[in-house]
Amino acid sequence: MTTTMTTADSPARTLLRVEIRTAAGWHPVCDLNLLTHGRGVAALLPDGTQAAVFLGRTGDVYAIGNRDPFTGAYVLSRGLLGSAPAAQGSRPFVASPLLKQRFDLATGRCLDDEEVAVPAYPARIAEVAA
Amino acid sequence: MATTTTHPSRTIVLVGHGMVGQRFLEALAEHGVTDSDRVVVFCEEPRPAYDRMHLTSYFSGTSPDELSVTPDDFMAGHGIELHVGDPAVAVDREARTVTSAAGRTVGYDVLVLATGSYPFVPPVPGKDARGCFVYRTVDDLLAIEAYAQGAAAGVVVGGGLLGLEAAGALQGLGLRTHIVEFAPRLMPVQVDEGGGAALRRTIGDMGLDVHTGVAGKEIRTDAAGAVTAMELSDGSAVDADLVVFSAGVRPRDQLAREAGLAVGERGGVTVDERCRTSDPAVFAIGECAQAADGRVYGLVAPGYEMAETAAATIAAEPAAAEADAETDTNTGAEAAADRTFTGADTSTKLKLLGVGVASFGDALGAADGCLDVVYSDSRAGLYKKLVVDRDGTLLGGVLVGDTDAYGMLRPLTGSVPPVPPEQLVLPPGAGAPAALGPSALPDDAVVCNCHNVTKAAIRGAVADHDCTTVREVGKCTRAGSGCGSCEKVLAALVNDELEARGVAVDKGLCGCFAHTRTELYEIVRVKRISSYVRLLDEHGREEARSGDGCEVCKPAVASILASLAPVIGADGYVLDGEQGALQDTNDHFLANLQRNGSYSVVPRVPGGEITPEKLIVLGEVAREFGLYTKITGGQRIDLFGARVDQLPAIWARLVDAGFESGHAYGKALRTVKSCVGSTWCRYGVQDSVRMAIDLELRYRGLRSPHKLKAAVSGCSRECAEAQSKDFGVIATANGWNLYVCGNGGATPRHADLLAQDLSDEELIRLIDRFLMFYIRTADRLERTSVWLERLEGGLDHLRDVVVADSLGIGAELEELMAAHVAHYRDEWAATLADPERLARFVSFVNAPGVPDPSVQFVPERDQVKPDLTLLSGPAIPVRGALEGASA
Repeated sequence: MTTTMTTADSPARTLLRVEIRTAAGWHPVCDLNLLTHGRGVAALLPDGTQAAVFLGRTGDVYAIGNRDPFTGAYVLSRGLLGSAPAAQGSRPFVASPLLKQRFDLATGRCLDDEEVAVPAYPARIAEVAA
Repeated sequence: MATTTTHPSRTIVLVGHGMVGQRFLEALAEHGVTDSDRVVVFCEEPRPAYDRMHLTSYFSGTSPDELSVTPDDFMAGHGIELHVGDPAVAVDREARTVTSAAGRTVGYDVLVLATGSYPFVPPVPGKDARGCFVYRTVDDLLAIEAYAQGAAAGVVVGGGLLGLEAAGALQGLGLRTHIVEFAPRLMPVQVDEGGGAALRRTIGDMGLDVHTGVAGKEIRTDAAGAVTAMELSDGSAVDADLVVFSAGVRPRDQLAREAGLAVGERGGVTVDERCRTSDPAVFAIGECAQAADGRVYGLVAPGYEMAETAAATIAAEPAAAEADAETDTNTGAEAAADRTFTGADTSTKLKLLGVGVASFGDALGAADGCLDVVYSDSRAGLYKKLVVDRDGTLLGGVLVGDTDAYGMLRPLTGSVPPVPPEQLVLPPGAGAPAALGPSALPDDAVVCNCHNVTKAAIRGAVADHDCTTVREVGKCTRAGSGCGSCEKVLAALVNDELEARGVAVDKGLCGCFAHTRTELYEIVRVKRISSYVRLLDEHGREEARSGDGCEVCKPAVASILASLAPVIGADGYVLDGEQGALQDTNDHFLANLQRNGSYSVVPRVPGGEITPEKLIVLGEVAREFGLYTKITGGQRIDLFGARVDQLPAIWARLVDAGFESGHAYGKALRTVKSCVGSTWCRYGVQDSVRMAIDLELRYRGLRSPHKLKAAVSGCSRECAEAQSKDFGVIATANGWNLYVCGNGGATPRHADLLAQDLSDEELIRLIDRFLMFYIRTADRLERTSVWLERLEGGLDHLRDVVVADSLGIGAELEELMAAHVAHYRDEWAATLADPERLARFVSFVNAPGVPDPSVQFVPERDQVKPDLTLLSGPAIPVRGALEGASA
């Protein structure tokens, strides 16, 4: 669910910023360079909810709720990323660091329990003036 | 399975809430009876049903709560009324009421007695003195533990299964322990004379004093009435401060007798095949009942069967009455029609004081004209006996010291084994052919005894239900979900069946790699691949290449890269560059994630030796940051409840005071525990503390397939418990003995002696080789104990490789270790020195100064614990609810 709004050779004095969309509209999270490929960070949204924001291997960004529904702890941002086998659509997921259930990063659906899902937020990388 | 029934609601009263009582309630719930009928339970003990079989594990740290077999919400969830601490004291069968000690009177339609048994205390004069105990309930254990505080020696009366458990517990409490058994051998019910002798030798070697063929004559007491000694029937006496009676149990049938129900000649409420007593409205199950075959069963598996039989019968009764009306709703009714209990197999396999003991079938050779085949090696503490019929049919057997064959032999009982019996007891290498595989089992052999699952049923689960893993087969058939002793045979059967059906058994690490961990290690080492992405793209499965990998292979590969870092040119710091993205959260934050999202911090305390100054710093840090403190089993101090953003400040203080990372978060060397050794202890023969510190500093930071624990004991009293460690060192007058591949935890294993009387240099060389050989060849998350069991050639092969260098890789393994030692850096000091590395330690990337509000604590016992109410939060959003949020 990523839209990259810039190209590699952007003019100087701009920076790449990660944004996610909530009911209130697009919301800036942090500079792209604070994210590591294959890992996540936690972000605090204006209404106090927590989002987990991830950077995939190919540079796509994703955002889902940070709360692990199986334990109640706000830790999904600290899980490991992976991708499901091609047969299952190569979809990227995060595995909870507590009890290892996997969540689809694009939809928030739990891959190990079809009854369970976490919120998924659209995410993008925006080019903004420095 | 909730079925709507139209019969008037009944009241079912259960008297006794032990393991069997709880199983009965679960079975009632499974049949839907708890939905339609009122269920009332009277429980004498102050706590609901717990695992009495593992009572002794209380002494190794299992809390009474952890022993519970009653799920927290079970009673409420099924609307069952449970009265704990309130035993039933009278039954009025005329009025159909039960009255409890607290004065509750409840009318019943169906009454079920599950009152269990009581310990038999022989009529020894002085048996009621202060310091005499029985061994039956959690409260008994608490009392023994409290009394043992000031005691030096204890006597256990009874050398059976429970007696040996009790003796192990007393020894664990630091008491000199005597076992007094009236029969001429230990465990007289289960093993024969030869097995008893092997057991006695091994147990004697552990420092317990065994007295067989004698009885307690009198218990001596002091003026205050406390136990001081026990006189034995042979005229001798043993000093003892406490006496534990565990000389068997008797059925608790008092309530039934008083109510006028029929009881057996030797006790036990008489029941029929459906567990019904002489009164059709009353059932009896478990140890208080005399089953239809005239026996009283003291094992839990038959108790469970009786519980299920009674529950099925009770569930079927109203349904049977309505059978004309609707036949398709209550599936329980049909099953119950044939559910009976006519007797059970009493085969057992267990570990007592670390010694494997198994007996099955006609273990004592009671059948007419049966023959024995015996293998005995007293030196190794082995004894194996098979009882066979004249035509070669296996009737039963006894195994002491090595019970591996139990999983195969028990199901073969009653059939003629495919190889001569002597080959079934000989150890490998002593003329026996390769171990008999499960393919040799007949189809009707019962593989899982707990749930009565045959080999044919397991094959059927694979063939007809498309199960492809042991777990799936377990779900489908319940096989393996009881005692777990059939696990190995089950796994082999499932694999055999899959292979026979042409399904390739995939031994790959995960969905991303078709290679095993060992193969990946060799690829990384030989090709000097220092990046996960390169390994995935060049050696991953076709479909996984250029993907994101997964949570299984990432940490496994990270561990390989870290272990080999010095020789493949990778950065040894585990969090830089791509490496950081591969680590589990514990490694990622260099701390241990706890249930509420906070972390715990464990600084290294080499050998468990710490100065008062450093101890004070730990206290000050804990106080300042409000951390919960607990002493660990590895002789260090765990500080709990740190938020991610507090970790750097905590570690700045610790590093300042000279502490470094303890790697409690990593699959790495944890601790090298030690006793004080010859410097202080009057028994010590070597300086165990110095050796432990040397070893801990040498191997600190070593990444391995799983965690590594070690210990050094200064003499053969073994206070550091080195034989339960991945590598353990025990001092001798001439140097050091090296033990390897021990384990505590869920599947304890005594370590094996690898080499004796080593000098310091020899010891370190062998440990270097041992550890590097393990790191090279073990599977992911495979502890040394499991690795050794899997290693082809076992301990002999390991000794060949490590001690005799049979593969010629000794020098290479030593070089790898030397490179590790040379490149070691403290991860926390390195992290604190680098602002970029520190940047990750924030709760929120967009609000670095804001602490995570979900991580809060509440007081408990003068410290803190996580406030879990904050995490209960809103209901889990069900999928679909958020569809609208997609871009």
